[in-house]
Amino acid sequence: MKTETNEQIDTTLIRPYANQTLNKKSYLNTKLKRLLRFRMLFLMMVPGLAYLLINNYLPMFGVIIAFKDINYTVGILESEWVGFKNFEFLFQNSSAWIITRNTILYNLAFIIINTVLAIGVAILLNEVKHRFFSRFYQGVLLVPFLISMVIVAYITLAFLDVENGYINFNLQMFGLEPISWYYESKYWPYILPIVNMWKSVGYGTVLFLAAIIGVDDEYYEAAILDGANKWQQIKHITIPLIMPTITIITILNIGRIFYSDFGLFYQVPLNSGPLQPTTDVIDTFVYRGLMTLGDIGMSSAAGLYQSIVGFILVLVTNYIVRKKDKDQALF
Amino acid sequence: MKSNQMNQKVLHTLFIIMGLASLFPFILLIMASFTDESTLISEGFSILPSQFSFEAYTYLFTASGSIFRAYGISAFVTVVGTATGLLISCMLAYPLSRKDMPYRNVFSFLVFFTLLFNGGLVPTYLVYTELLDIKNTIWSLIVPNLLTNGFFILIFRTFFVMSIPKELIESAYIDGASEFKIFWKIVLPLSLPVIATIGLLSSINYWNDWFNGLIYVTDAELFSIQNLLNRMLTDIQFLQTTNLGSSTADLTSNIPTKTLQFAMAVVGVMPILLAYPFFQKYLVKGLTVGAVKG
Repeated sequence: MKTETNEQIDTTLIRPYANQTLNKKSYLNTKLKRLLRFRMLFLMMVPGLAYLLINNYLPMFGVIIAFKDINYTVGILESEWVGFKNFEFLFQNSSAWIITRNTILYNLAFIIINTVLAIGVAILLNEVKHRFFSRFYQGVLLVPFLISMVIVAYITLAFLDVENGYINFNLQMFGLEPISWYYESKYWPYILPIVNMWKSVGYGTVLFLAAIIGVDDEYYEAAILDGANKWQQIKHITIPLIMPTITIITILNIGRIFYSDFGLFYQVPLNSGPLQPTTDVIDTFVYRGLMTLGDIGMSSAAGLYQSIVGFILVLVTNYIVRKKDKDQALF
Repeated sequence: MKSNQMNQKVLHTLFIIMGLASLFPFILLIMASFTDESTLISEGFSILPSQFSFEAYTYLFTASGSIFRAYGISAFVTVVGTATGLLISCMLAYPLSRKDMPYRNVFSFLVFFTLLFNGGLVPTYLVYTELLDIKNTIWSLIVPNLLTNGFFILIFRTFFVMSIPKELIESAYIDGASEFKIFWKIVLPLSLPVIATIGLLSSINYWNDWFNGLIYVTDAELFSIQNLLNRMLTDIQFLQTTNLGSSTADLTSNIPTKTLQFAMAVVGVMPILLAYPFFQKYLVKGLTVGAVKG
């Protein structure tokens, strides 16, 4: 009975012009109508497409700047072509190596620390019996995710301020020498991962908890019948079943390993010069070249270097994801 | 069955410790802003300062008007940016979600490619400053963040494909509704949940943005709350030099500069923290939607 009515709706609604096709005039009419109909849809896309053209595509063509010696008085298009000279300068300099190393190592550290910790917290959170409490704890862990890096920089300053920071004050209480945190670069490979962990572990927890909740209870019930303890359940059910999520998130993160959180590296070290050996990453290098040093050639060369390597990495990682799980691939 | 439950007491203790670790920095920040300036200098930052003071806040709200101005700029940018961004995104995503739309794959690819490759900071900066001349206008705080790299568009497109029944659109069309009317009266109302979630992410993004202000705005009149904070972080005197006329010059001698900085930070972070309990549910949903591809 039900299918019958469905079919009726189908023929009357979806193919309303079916018996009109013989009439040429009305056929043209409907075709025109269809065009008109899509014209409106095309019109709807205009603002968005225009925006993408200006915000995304024009800058893509702007990468030619990296091959030019920009002279503002004659304009970008008229500026002299210099081939790969900007890149030669960039890679002759030791800074290219330092910023690449810093970017990759920090990102690797972030990926490992955040993933492991977030999975652990998510598993524990899933064990909290009362839903109210598990939601509450999740909410609390997510608070640092909400705030801007400028605020994070203030908070870090409250801890690390040389004269009256929380940490130095406590060091002195224990009779230790205060440390000039913003002048000594050796501490920052620890400070930045801690700050990053504090800020983003809640976000990771949300993602992995969603995956864990998706695991079918039947697996656990069967395991309990077989006498599996909690640890065995986590090891043999939870982890393997959320493995696809873990793999995808990790691979996507690796695809973005050439890009860094500009705010973390620019705001939190307070743009302090002495810290640059351990806090300078590609993004801060590009920014400084453009805004402070006015070295557009070098800056755009570094930017293009990042865009191209980043693009290749995304393609490669997507290829890997695609092989693993087609649905999760970006394309 | 009992052996299957982890010890709840241990769990709760663990989470209370983690929660404190998560909140402790905020408490320190708030306490710092309420500490008496001289106490702060002699005793350093602490959770329980020996002498409290509201001096920083008094100064902030009476002597300085720039904070209200900055609040206004932030609010305007957040509201206008989010609303415009959502509208443009949906208007682009909806045609792309229609299976009968000609060339939809070409257009989808145009959106999608922006996720893979970008020109980088320098060309983008030059497009906005040299071509659009957006420097030191309010638009420089709004326009660069409008579509967040096409990612939200793909989320909307997926939602439209999955959740708006094709038959509904078809029958409305037969009934004589124009495409825009269908979009406006049927598609958008049915998509309110996803619009709210993405709108929330976008609002947080706008409220917290300091980057565009950093590179495009030098005029202090246009500083958002984040830019004001950013500026005061490196230049404590900033608030005094820009905002105080000669009439209040006598105040400058005893301005609580250190605590003032932290009071500013607290004022900047408060709106989001206060609103958080109300939007936590949607945020969690939004983050899970946003992480999985659109």
